[in-house]
Amino acid sequence: MTRPLGRIWGLLALPVISIILSVVVGSLVIIVSQWLVGGSLEPGLAIDAYGALISGSLGSFNAIVNTLVAATPLLLGGLSVGLAFKAGLFNIGAQGQFLIGALCSVIVGVWLRESPPIFAIPLSIAAGMLGGAAWGFIPGILKATSGAHEVVTTIMLNFVAIAILAAMVAGPLDAPGSPSPITLDVGNSALPVIIGRNGHIGLIIAPIMAALYGFLLYRTTLGFEIRTAGANPDAARYAGMSPKFLIVLTMSLAGMLAGMAGAFELLGVTKNMTASFGTTVGFDAIAVALLGRTSPIGIILAALLFGALRTGAAAMQIQAGVPRELVDVLQATILFFLVASPVVQRIFRLKGARSGLEDTTSFAKSYGGEGGTI
Amino acid sequence: MDGLIDLVYSIPLIGLVFQFLGYLLATLPDIAPITLRAAVPIAFAALCGVICERSGVVNIGIEGTMLTAAFVGWAAGVFLLPVMGAGDPIVFGITPVLLVALALAILSGLLVASVHAWLSISVRADQIITGTIINIAAFGVTGYLNTLMAKTSPTGAGSFKPLAPPTGLEDIPILGWLVATLLAQGPLTITLLILVVVLQIFLFRSRWGLRTRSVGEHPRAAETVGIDVIRLRYRNVIIGGGVAALGGAFLSMEATASFQQNMTAGRGFIGLAAMIVGRWSPLGAFGAALLFASAQGLGQSIKIVPPAGELGVILGSLPGQFFDALPYLVTIIVLAGLVGRSIPPAADGVPYEREAAT
Repeated sequence: MTRPLGRIWGLLALPVISIILSVVVGSLVIIVSQWLVGGSLEPGLAIDAYGALISGSLGSFNAIVNTLVAATPLLLGGLSVGLAFKAGLFNIGAQGQFLIGALCSVIVGVWLRESPPIFAIPLSIAAGMLGGAAWGFIPGILKATSGAHEVVTTIMLNFVAIAILAAMVAGPLDAPGSPSPITLDVGNSALPVIIGRNGHIGLIIAPIMAALYGFLLYRTTLGFEIRTAGANPDAARYAGMSPKFLIVLTMSLAGMLAGMAGAFELLGVTKNMTASFGTTVGFDAIAVALLGRTSPIGIILAALLFGALRTGAAAMQIQAGVPRELVDVLQATILFFLVASPVVQRIFRLKGARSGLEDTTSFAKSYGGEGGTI
Repeated sequence: MDGLIDLVYSIPLIGLVFQFLGYLLATLPDIAPITLRAAVPIAFAALCGVICERSGVVNIGIEGTMLTAAFVGWAAGVFLLPVMGAGDPIVFGITPVLLVALALAILSGLLVASVHAWLSISVRADQIITGTIINIAAFGVTGYLNTLMAKTSPTGAGSFKPLAPPTGLEDIPILGWLVATLLAQGPLTITLLILVVVLQIFLFRSRWGLRTRSVGEHPRAAETVGIDVIRLRYRNVIIGGGVAALGGAFLSMEATASFQQNMTAGRGFIGLAAMIVGRWSPLGAFGAALLFASAQGLGQSIKIVPPAGELGVILGSLPGQFFDALPYLVTIIVLAGLVGRSIPPAADGVPYEREAAT
């Protein structure tokens, strides 16, 4: 009996301890910053803030649906980053792929807004996935051919994506007669609502994608090759695999997942696009993938956690007056304790616990020019 | 002469290239100051990268270090202004409150870099993940505090001012405008220009430089001749943090007098690209930073004074956002074109583990 429990604890211990520690750090940040800026020491404020955070994300049926809606793009983004991790690649570009995916789906969605939904919806989603895949393909092919590290190129492409999006919304996509740049509504291309007020069909598709992700990685030859290339590129090459091909393919697939997240966010939530479209999904996705230890179930759980945090943050800001950016602080501290896991393990005397990233290669190793030799 | 130029300009396609070159030459004195200003934070970031990576530590967290320092420099001014008063500037607009704020900004950079150093050198975590966490944390903490402070509509302590160069310099033929441009800068820009030269000499001509490079290439060999690899890496990463902090302080204390959410806007990463393109040397990195920044200077210049003729029509038809994206595009293209021939220090990014004493 103790064996399986021990194994589950080994998997959960570090993430759970990291989350608890970050809640403690978050409380300190709330109290100290309020004291510095506001001049009054209110220890109760932290409890108010977390109370508002929880009731705003889980306190009612609508709040729970909102949490699920917020978790959907995080789940897909987490899969995107996680898949790249498995191949030894660091996809910081999920944000750009997300934006380009949303842009492509709004173009097709608006174009098909009066067509039958049975055509309009799948085509709009497919456009987003293709757009994201293309945006992931670029850093992949750059890394495979020239060795330019994906960390730098994907960050640059994030900024290029923002510029393209702004140019398109202010230019060709701008709805006639609107006072500020905004596209037309996607009309019939909008995702059908299946639960609550705004629980769109993506809520079901995203977990299916997580299952496919697990199937691809652990039940197919391609998945085996991706994991091998990530764990040991030399062994992969020696076994006759092509690490260059795998880099391009994995980055494209990762981009496709992030693009799908953008498509769902656009077709299911905003339904049109303004120049300020865009959230921090791509960056949250990194936290989701790390906290979820790149496993499908872990990523689902981590996405739910961060979806709840993002949803509750608005209530926290209104009810307790604590800025919603606190969620970013919590996210960073969770990651900090995860990365400092050897130290956390020593302090809490955990022997078997694993942070989940041990079997991926060091990203830093392929930095600069060395990746070009693969 | 004018007739010849018109003739060259009117050649199809190739004429456009000549029109572009002509425009560049004509606007160079106008673009140069914009370019230098845009290059300063990128160059500070690149120098930080050089110091860290020459000793074998990859620092992706430069962006976050800069953002933290930019915030601290501005926020310290807000808090200290009522206490210390504005004071009278002597030169460069330097007031006591600004100096203290700058010192705190540098201190914050040293602190953030210490965290990176601890995680990547002692904990031996993956350095790229460590740096990313620093970036997320800096984004979160500065955003959180900035929102909190915005409620009180804060007043900053102002900014450093450029030196007024002696008049008449521009009239010196050919290079007068260049000398005037270099002199008409704020204290942090001038610090950068000095730092580039000093670092170039120190890295290749001093004991510290030799040790740094040996630790970055072959730490095991360095240790056998008595160099403390761990200590040297700690020192370099922390010094690098101070240099990056100067870049951050430049943004909120010299280029502007305020802080905006995420105001570094990827400059830390462009700095890393500049370091790679500049082949891990301070002078090269500065040159590359100027190259990347010139894309921004050119973009602004085209927006304000578009070139005449056919070229102007073509450039004018591009959306303004194209020029916003230009620095990032140039970075990608140059990086992809050059990186294969640019070789990083051999032990870059590899945590060092002492051999166990037997």
